[in-house]
Amino acid sequence: MTSSPLVRFENIGKNYGKIVSLKNITLEIGANEIVGLIGDNGAGKSTLIKVLTGVETPTSGNLYIHGRKINTAGYNVRRAHELRLETVYQDSSLGEKQPLWRNFFVGRPITNWLGFIDVKAEKKIAEHIMRTAIGFRSAGISVDTPVSHLSGGERQGVAIGRAMHFDSDLIILDEPTVALALKEVQKVLDFIRSIKAGGRSCIYIEHNIHHIHEVCDRLIILDRGELALDTPTSAMTYPELSEFLLSLHTPTSGAN
Amino acid sequence: MDERAETSTPPIAAARPRHSLGEFVGRLAKIEGAAIALVLILLLVLFMFTAPRAFTGYRIYMSFLATVPPPMIIALGLTLVATAGEMDLSFPSIVAFSSYVFSALYQNYELTWLAFAAALLTGSVLGFANGLIVTQLGIPSLIATLATLFLWGGLVTVVSNGVSVAIPEIVNETIHTIFVGRIGVFPVQILWAFGMVVLIWFILHRHRFGEAILFIGDNPRVARVVGIATNLEKVKLFTLMGVLSAFAGVLLTMETNTYFSSQGMGYLLIVIASVFIGGTSIFGGSGMVIGTMIGALIVAIIEAGLVASGIRGFWTQFFIGVVFIVSVTMNTAIADPDKVPLLKRLRSRARN
Ligand SMILES: Nc1ncnc2c1ncn2[C@@H]1O[C@H](COP(=O)(O)OP(=O)(O)O)[C@@H](O)[C@H]1O
Ligand SMILES: [Mg+2]
Repeated sequence: MTSSPLVRFENIGKNYGKIVSLKNITLEIGANEIVGLIGDNGAGKSTLIKVLTGVETPTSGNLYIHGRKINTAGYNVRRAHELRLETVYQDSSLGEKQPLWRNFFVGRPITNWLGFIDVKAEKKIAEHIMRTAIGFRSAGISVDTPVSHLSGGERQGVAIGRAMHFDSDLIILDEPTVALALKEVQKVLDFIRSIKAGGRSCIYIEHNIHHIHEVCDRLIILDRGELALDTPTSAMTYPELSEFLLSLHTPTSGAN
Repeated sequence: MDERAETSTPPIAAARPRHSLGEFVGRLAKIEGAAIALVLILLLVLFMFTAPRAFTGYRIYMSFLATVPPPMIIALGLTLVATAGEMDLSFPSIVAFSSYVFSALYQNYELTWLAFAAALLTGSVLGFANGLIVTQLGIPSLIATLATLFLWGGLVTVVSNGVSVAIPEIVNETIHTIFVGRIGVFPVQILWAFGMVVLIWFILHRHRFGEAILFIGDNPRVARVVGIATNLEKVKLFTLMGVLSAFAGVLLTMETNTYFSSQGMGYLLIVIASVFIGGTSIFGGSGMVIGTMIGALIVAIIEAGLVASGIRGFWTQFFIGVVFIVSVTMNTAIADPDKVPLLKRLRSRARN
């Protein structure tokens, strides 16, 4: 983190009508850093991600990516891809009825100048990703398999493999382990470790703080749209972390 | 399915060897259009028995190949629309409108290719307007295009004063020979229709526009987060649908040498039937272009076959209905037998 951070939120606020989803958020994501984002349902985690990836426009504040200020009015998903941000959204980012190879390349297919897709090239790369990055072993799965035939863990694998293929600097995972079997959760954790090993950064949203504590370099806690904590993981043991989260739930200060 | 043993690392693409005949037939049935082609062949065989004289000669096939291209071309467009999870009911009026533009320009100014271009432009403008109404007013396309079926149909009736336009001299023009002429006894328009089948197949399965259509129909939210400009793509889709309807309208007008305001209305139900008999899903996300082509042939052959068999004309609709239900059930069962509740019950009973 010698130069400018990968991402910088500066006093970011987001309102949906009267609902205040984000209040004055200032934080940074550094290079090759795995950041765990924690908070109750409705704390604003997904909203923060959507602002970062151009799905939603912030109500106030500034966003910097690679040290450059983003003009949020003209910012969208395509721009975010160009800035090498990849997202695996909480509520699926895969087309269920479409084969795997299409899901890897949708939105930015390999085409000729007329816009026709080079299916052979896409399938070849998709197969390579499946074998190396994701490590699919199930013999019944090929690049032609529709997503609807995959288990929850395999789907997350495809989405993460896609994110890793596109040479991204930051991969964002929004609750990737929801509804996964234990063994599949381990797979996702392995993916996150490989993101770190590959020199990239990751924002990992997760309810299971045990997992977060296991793989993350830094912890960020959101509470009702506000930043409640931003600390290196090494500065906090797992019991201390769970105690801190409990203290948020039971307002002992009496301020409320 | 649960054989995810971690003993070795087999290459992913290598499918396990399957030997059973049932599996083989099952896979054959999954080739696009194969099952529905079988329905077409069965119907042909049936009519060869019920109307041997007509169905063993070439004449009925030639008249059939002359009349099927317009609804087939519209059905190809509607296949794309349905794949995107949308609907278009306004095409009969777009057929009429573009027919009118073509006939009027030919009758009054003797324009041929320019009249053709103007007709296609008319179709694209009306289709574009459909797209804007759907995306900008947020009216579901089924409702929006039902409204524009009235709107464009009403407009062309007003513009044309409700009278028909006869253009018998069109048969002497080059454009007539190129689009609806005869090679010997063989109608040229069917070649145009087959050309469109190839084009639309490549658009849906090999072009980025087709991929956008597939993902929009599959899940619009996913389409948005992967960076597809969903509204823009939908406007393009309805515009293409308008152009194809206009092309069909011009073919029809040149073949019949007339325009009349209810022209195209007869296509409304058979075009929709062709698409869904062909196996395209009403839920979007998957489209069968070859299936639609065969679906259009099936609908047309039922009409011709029943008449040739000496069965009174009004049985046609009944019979199309029967074939419709059989085909759609068959298409569903091929994709997943458990999606047909009756089959699911029979299968689970057979297992116990
Ligand atoms: N599209 C939306 N319209 C209105 N309110 C929204 C919308 N998206 C999120 N919210 C609200 O913003 C708050 C934060 O939501 P979200 O970011 O999804 O929380 P989290 O991901 O932490 O569970 C919630 O109160 C939620 O109801
Ligand atoms: Mg969320």
